[in-house]
Amino acid sequence: MNKPASNPFQAATDRRRRIVVTPEGIALPFVIGSRSSRAGALIIDFLIIIVAIVVVSLLLRWVFGGMIGRMDDSGTLGGAAEFIFIAYIIFLFLARYAYFLAFEMGPRGATPGKRLVGLRVAARDGGRLTAEAVIARNLLRDIEIFLPLVFLFTAPGGEGGPAGIAALAWFLVFMLFAIFNRDAMRAGDLVAGTWVVEAPRKTLAAALSTRGAGRKGSSEITGAEYKFGEDELAVYGEYELQTLERVLRDGKPEAVAAVAETICRKIGWNPGKGDERAFLEAFYTQLRARLEGGMRLGKRKANKFS
Amino acid sequence: MKAPAIRNWFGKKAVDASPPIEAAALRSDRFRLEREGDWMRLEAIVKRMESGRLRGLSDEDVLALPALYRTAASSLAVARETSLDSAAMAYLESLVQRAWFQVYGPRQGFFGWLRGFLGGGLSRSVREIWLDICIALAAMIAGTLTGWLLVSRDQEWFYALVPTQFLDARVPGASREALLETLAVEDSAAGLSTFAASLFSNNAGVSILAFALGFAFGVPSVMLLVHNMAVLGAMWWLYSEAGLTYEFAAWLSVHGTTEIFAILLAGAAGIHIGRSMAFPGARSIISAAAQSGRRAAQVMVGVIFMLILAAVLEAFPRQLLGTTERFTIGMAMLALWMGYFFAFRRQPINGDPA
Repeated sequence: MNKPASNPFQAATDRRRRIVVTPEGIALPFVIGSRSSRAGALIIDFLIIIVAIVVVSLLLRWVFGGMIGRMDDSGTLGGAAEFIFIAYIIFLFLARYAYFLAFEMGPRGATPGKRLVGLRVAARDGGRLTAEAVIARNLLRDIEIFLPLVFLFTAPGGEGGPAGIAALAWFLVFMLFAIFNRDAMRAGDLVAGTWVVEAPRKTLAAALSTRGAGRKGSSEITGAEYKFGEDELAVYGEYELQTLERVLRDGKPEAVAAVAETICRKIGWNPGKGDERAFLEAFYTQLRARLEGGMRLGKRKANKFS
Repeated sequence: MKAPAIRNWFGKKAVDASPPIEAAALRSDRFRLEREGDWMRLEAIVKRMESGRLRGLSDEDVLALPALYRTAASSLAVARETSLDSAAMAYLESLVQRAWFQVYGPRQGFFGWLRGFLGGGLSRSVREIWLDICIALAAMIAGTLTGWLLVSRDQEWFYALVPTQFLDARVPGASREALLETLAVEDSAAGLSTFAASLFSNNAGVSILAFALGFAFGVPSVMLLVHNMAVLGAMWWLYSEAGLTYEFAAWLSVHGTTEIFAILLAGAAGIHIGRSMAFPGARSIISAAAQSGRRAAQVMVGVIFMLILAAVLEAFPRQLLGTTERFTIGMAMLALWMGYFFAFRRQPINGDPA
């Protein structure tokens, strides 16, 4: 049976799950963004910034190269060239700071990199994400990432002397801060009162019990009636139900056949070939009806072992 | 067969026309079919808000948003207890989350925030960290005096303190004329605006560092302030030895009252964070850090504005004007900042103390 052994992954997600109670008292589950996806988002953002800087630099050089080249003759920059140079310095400053600020203050609360990997910034206390919080978390990025990197490249060469190595160790503390706390907060997140959470954008999948064998309990192809007894349904719990749901939604014929065969063996049915999907739909609906019925009475069955 | 990530970007609707409610065999699916129209509408509104196209929203949609959000949230609470449809549950959780971000999103745009910031928010934050400003001021005065005293005892200290890029004519033993030359008035503005832009970039970097280092309980911020001001103290000694104290003060004050004030505030903002983490009082360290971090960030935005102004002052009036005008401008700026930060009070309009 190709039921995925999803336990380690599931456990990791559960460990990152947090409940935030909104001001009107609704418990909202959040999943803290994993450190690897945050690193990925940061790399994407840096790539965007670097590419933008390179493109703008080359463009300026290409368009105004002649004007700047004339500087050497007269010794001073012309007014227009000077203006361009100032605009360029301001552009570099903005690329470093304003990129993160502008995007995280927007309605999505995420830079393009974060958005691509499905993350966003949120306030830790369940309130609104304020402009001040975004500013604070982004200003601290300097000592968390840039300074350790600078020292990482200079300290081993001995240029800074023992003080350089001490500074490297000191700044590495900031860099490593995010690894050693439960909520994967950077120092900037701590100071700003924010955290980075997963922002999944799911589309609503169709209801499974409205069509086919799920609805009527009988196959549309063969007309065979699938009716399962109480003890046949009792072998599985919610975990197995959700795996079955995934198999049905994915709809891969070989997976459907394999799962149908396993279930048949488990409950002692004699499988007929060619009608596995109808069989699984009927089994899914009836198993879910049984488990949901149990839920309404306060009885839950987590998996086949319980 | 399906590629969810790609479809999320380009796809419009995943669900075709929903089947009639009676078609569902399960009670939980009927519950879902009854409500999914509302969910879809909420999703459409939220999607529009997320992409920033607020103008396309009709009044009815805006009015319906809070109600739809509550409906979806209560659907989620009910579904958790009655339904085992994990796909629908995952959809609802993400929908409620997204709607929540929009309902509690920042109501004010950038300009609204800027107006509130300049019209009271900044000066309130500055007043709130007055104690840290006093600490930073003490550190800076101590730094200046240290620099002065060290150099007056032993001139070798001058070379240890002052970074090499300043060591042109400005060394101990230089003649009065040579020193006066460094304070001279430029005759044209050419090249000065470039100078201003790079000065700003540099100063902003230093003050962001002073702020960010406050995270380590404020100690590095104080050290940074002391060190920077020791350089100033050494320079001051140099000029006063040559009898140029007044000229030097004027040369420095034209932009220095703004720039040093900004660095003072940046250091104070850093100390504020460090102090509230070291002594959080009744709050938890984390919430104390968050509270002070937001206040300090507001001060830091003010610092950036001040540094822009300081760079402009440094490049043009300082290099082009004579001693008396320099002094007047410097003192006027100082009075302006003091008045703005400490005398300008306005009640917050929306009652939202940071």
